[in-house]
Amino acid sequence: MIRSHVLICGGTGCTSSGSLTLQKAFNENIEAFGLAEEVKLVQTGCFGLCALGPIVIIYPDGTFYSRVTADDVKEIVEEHLLKGRIVERLVYRDEVADETVKKAASELSLSDTNFYKSQKRIVLRNCGVINPDDIEEYIAMDGYAALGKVLTEMTPEEVIKVVSDSGLRGRGGGGFPTGRKWALCAPNKAPQKYVVCNADEGDPGAFMDRSILEGDPHCIIEAMTICGYSVGATKGYVYVRAEYPIAVTRLQHAIDQAKEYGLLGKNIFGSGFDFDLEIKLGAGAFVCGEETALMTSIEGNRGEPRPRPPYPAVKGLFNSPTVENNVETFANIPQIILNGAEWFSSMGTEKSKGTKVFALGGKIQHTGLVEIPMGVTLDTIINEIGGGIPNGKKFKAAQTGGPSGGCIPASLINTEVDYDNLVSIGCMMGSGGLIVMDEDNCMVDMAKFFLEFTVDESCGKCTPCRVGTKRLLELLDKITQGNGTLEDIDRLEELCNYIKQNSLCGLGQTAPNPVLATLKFFRDEYIAHVVDKVCPAGVCKGLINYSIDKDKCIGCGKCAKNCPADAITRTDYIAPGHKLASFTIDTSKCVKCGACVAGCKFDAISKK
Amino acid sequence: MKSLAELQAIKDRMKSKVALREGYGEIRVVVGMATCGIAAGARPVLNTLVEEVNNAGLYEKVSVSQTGCIGFCQLEPIVEVIEAGKEKVTYVKMTPEKAKEVVEKHLKGGKVVTEYTVAGAN
Repeated sequence: MIRSHVLICGGTGCTSSGSLTLQKAFNENIEAFGLAEEVKLVQTGCFGLCALGPIVIIYPDGTFYSRVTADDVKEIVEEHLLKGRIVERLVYRDEVADETVKKAASELSLSDTNFYKSQKRIVLRNCGVINPDDIEEYIAMDGYAALGKVLTEMTPEEVIKVVSDSGLRGRGGGGFPTGRKWALCAPNKAPQKYVVCNADEGDPGAFMDRSILEGDPHCIIEAMTICGYSVGATKGYVYVRAEYPIAVTRLQHAIDQAKEYGLLGKNIFGSGFDFDLEIKLGAGAFVCGEETALMTSIEGNRGEPRPRPPYPAVKGLFNSPTVENNVETFANIPQIILNGAEWFSSMGTEKSKGTKVFALGGKIQHTGLVEIPMGVTLDTIINEIGGGIPNGKKFKAAQTGGPSGGCIPASLINTEVDYDNLVSIGCMMGSGGLIVMDEDNCMVDMAKFFLEFTVDESCGKCTPCRVGTKRLLELLDKITQGNGTLEDIDRLEELCNYIKQNSLCGLGQTAPNPVLATLKFFRDEYIAHVVDKVCPAGVCKGLINYSIDKDKCIGCGKCAKNCPADAITRTDYIAPGHKLASFTIDTSKCVKCGACVAGCKFDAISKK
Repeated sequence: MKSLAELQAIKDRMKSKVALREGYGEIRVVVGMATCGIAAGARPVLNTLVEEVNNAGLYEKVSVSQTGCIGFCQLEPIVEVIEAGKEKVTYVKMTPEKAKEVVEKHLKGGKVVTEYTVAGAN
């Protein structure tokens, strides 16, 4: 009889920090201590605290072990699983939450930690709890109960009404009301209609959809089937990028299992409703996350957007009426059906209901996945849940929405995060990537980084995007190299607005956003680059110079050894109190790699 | 899947298996599993408790876990029943048979089996 469950995170984050070897070690040790009949090992999806991986949770105690290595496994099995003594040194405690420091490890629960305390897990409710490869565990957590309810008790109109009343809006970034999207598609008559799930998560630093597919693939299958029933579609596609191998394998396994259990296929729940689901792999083009380009790609053509209208609800995939929603949007549906529209709309703010999943990245302690109710402040997300900025640095800005979004400066850290608040400060919710930047990040350089990305990813179909973004990047290059003028800043702004207004699809229309947002909040940094010819954060190589303080230099020669460009040479000058002659940097040869500074123990090299 | 009843059957069957992951239930049953406890035969007691709790369908209410040395080594195996708002009950010199009785009478029926408690045994 099983008395204890060992949950090991099998998300992409923990897999790359070694959770597979950990599983093997647990299996061997559980076997060696004769506990195979009493302890069950479960591979789950992402727990969210990727920075501290690999993560292991042991139930029923709920002990949360972080950064576990294969060498620790024997101790955990012998001490915890056999003798019931918690391995104190591996228990995760966050320094900031008083309660976790005071409590004994045996009483510590996950919900005490600052990381989990303010979270509200609806979309991620099963991630890190169930084994994603076992459909029965999903069923145990009320899985497929919403589908059962919909097919046996509700009419399609009733389903759409519940979704509309809940106030759910598209989580892919656009924020279009999901219920309205379904209602627009439902009345259109056609021999074949489609449901499409957009899992082509392309923003740098975003991994929300991937984690949902890896941790709880069945909820997407269930939600798409519900959607199919309510709009009259019998065929669905999940468009997922091939770069997500774990997500693809688990989803395919889940689809096969659902078919085996008769939860996909013909006559589901004896209702006469048929629904079939198929995975389409994307090759990783960013533009394919745009709904019309995505459909073009599923059709087997080159992933290019097409003008709207006609909207997909009328003429979408294969010219048939289609509903397309993002992974996270779908993941909300079963819970809304089970708990009702009122339950969902009681969370969040006036116009943004429910929760939002964010992937925290950049200069933040707890890199990972968090889900919060709409309306929580950025301050809570960064300083409480995220554990603040590492190394005592100061928070400068947070980029939301990746290359399509904008930044929120430190002065607006108390902004309550929801769709409309972010738009009102010139930002956007985006799909949920949240990249945190500190005082060492140059905002012009950051804008340039995202522009490089969009230039690469522009599909080339329309000129404003294809040529415009390229010209934008050239202007930014000029500024970061120290050759910019004040007129360039005006030109930059004019071009941004032109691209925004004239591009064909969302990619081009939002590509200038990082530039516009940084111009709005950090114009002084642009001016410092073009007028004073300095990069305040010391990032832009064209604007920094390294120099050696000849009186601090003891002449050890470490910098000269480190220098890859032979730019550092010895002078004739011996500083008072030193025995060897000091060094100097030839700035014309210097490649500004910083290797000299990293090697100097005497603080004699400065970067200006 | 042809009916809701079929789905419900899977759910009922699986619920006991995943309930463990919801953390401690209202009642915590703790078995002393230090060297002294194991030597005195705490393993079969622990396994019987887990099995009986599940058989009795108490898995949502009762969670069974092990702990280190309780300190009363000569009275091992020791089983403690901890319930919020109630005094802790300590059973001593337990056997699988006694454990069955405790599940039946105490955990299910709500009546402490006094003859097996530390007070009753003395």
